Amino acid sequence: MIGLDELTRRFAALDSVELTRWIENRWILPDAEGGRWLFHEVDVARVELILEIRHEFAVDDEAMAVVLGLLDQLYSVRRQMRRLCDAIECQPPEIRAAIRQALPKVGEEP
Amino acid sequence: MATQTPYEVLGVKPDASAEDIRKAYRKLAKEFHPDLNPGKPAAEARFKAVTAANDILSDPEKRARYDRGEIDGSGAEKPRYSYRPHAEGAQGWKYRPQGEMDAGDLDDLFAMFGRSGARAGRAGEGFKMPGPDRQFTLTVDFPLAATGGKQRLALSPGEWLDVTIPPGIDEGQVLRLKGKGGAGFGGGPPGDALIEMHIAPHPFFRREGDDIHVELPVSLAEAVLGARVPVPTVTGPVTMTIPPGSDSGSRLRLRGKGIHRKRRGSETIGDQYVTLKVMIGASGDAELAEFVKGWAEKHPTDPRDAMGAGVDPGAADKAAAS
Repeated sequence: MIGLDELTRRFAALDSVELTRWIENRWILPDAEGGRWLFHEVDVARVELILEIRHEFAVDDEAMAVVLGLLDQLYSVRRQMRRLCDAIECQPPEIRAAIRQALPKVGEEP
Repeated sequence: MATQTPYEVLGVKPDASAEDIRKAYRKLAKEFHPDLNPGKPAAEARFKAVTAANDILSDPEKRARYDRGEIDGSGAEKPRYSYRPHAEGAQGWKYRPQGEMDAGDLDDLFAMFGRSGARAGRAGEGFKMPGPDRQFTLTVDFPLAATGGKQRLALSPGEWLDVTIPPGIDEGQVLRLKGKGGAGFGGGPPGDALIEMHIAPHPFFRREGDDIHVELPVSLAEAVLGARVPVPTVTGPVTMTIPPGSDSGSRLRLRGKGIHRKRRGSETIGDQYVTLKVMIGASGDAELAEFVKGWAEKHPTDPRDAMGAGVDPGAADKAAAS
């Protein structure tokens, strides 16, 4: 976990006014402790993601909300899929084989 | 504080041409060269920074990598804070969209499969899965366990099921009732109810396989003279004949009064065994004592005779006296 100073040191292109707006928009959800923000690794990675989208693809705030919303949904689906895969992994080999068999190949009519 | 970018160090714009960069470098290098600025550490530091910036920006390949963010201003590989492993890891739940199902709610996950099937235009052909099995325990009386029958089981508050119990169930046996478990998903069949059976202990019936054993108290007169007496069985009382002169411990058989059950097509029928227990039931009865005394003198017998020479008829008395 790092504070705001360390975060701005890590990302030269990060503007603290801009970051404050992201936090107000709830795009970044740092912990607030004793009047300080504390950023977990996931928050730091997300700051970099937003920086990249913002500067490299010139995405403005309005579009950013849409992009982040879609990304969060995508990762939500991927997390759910991972849970399902984990559940399948716990099954005996014959059940895993049956599931593999039941999966239609890409482009094949199920 | 944030360090300067190589472009800032050289004082050029990010879209500067190679020629602009070369000119800017030459100018700054001359200005801060250590040989021209002896004893000025600040100048030396600037010179190093300018040289490092030029190393990157004068090389088209390095400049392109810097622009893509692959290397930092010193030319070192820049660590990538890829968001994906975080988003898909345990911390990723923090940024879940509004309305995303909870981590523990698999039912919603299955519901999602059901919807995807319907959307593909194959109504009723979505993700189907049988419902979960439900476990119950049921304790029945001894006679019901022996004869079979129905007993009511509470599945949930207000939900009752009359369980048909086959004759001769065993303690701990599990009955599977098809379709009485949890509801299926996406039109899948319901699960089963698994009922673990327990048999309440009975005050006088005992089971050994398909036979039933009972100890029957009889009076001295019934044992000596014989009698017809009622005997409890699992299907109700029956009358049994006790032959005259029956000893305590005699075992009589009531044929076919045990457990009837069908096993692999053929029916097996157990019996009930009745062990007699003679009850003198007249302690202190002077008349009986007087009679037995006179009778015993005329009929000396040793019931322990069969136990052999090792048993001296007087041994018990001696043991009691010592």
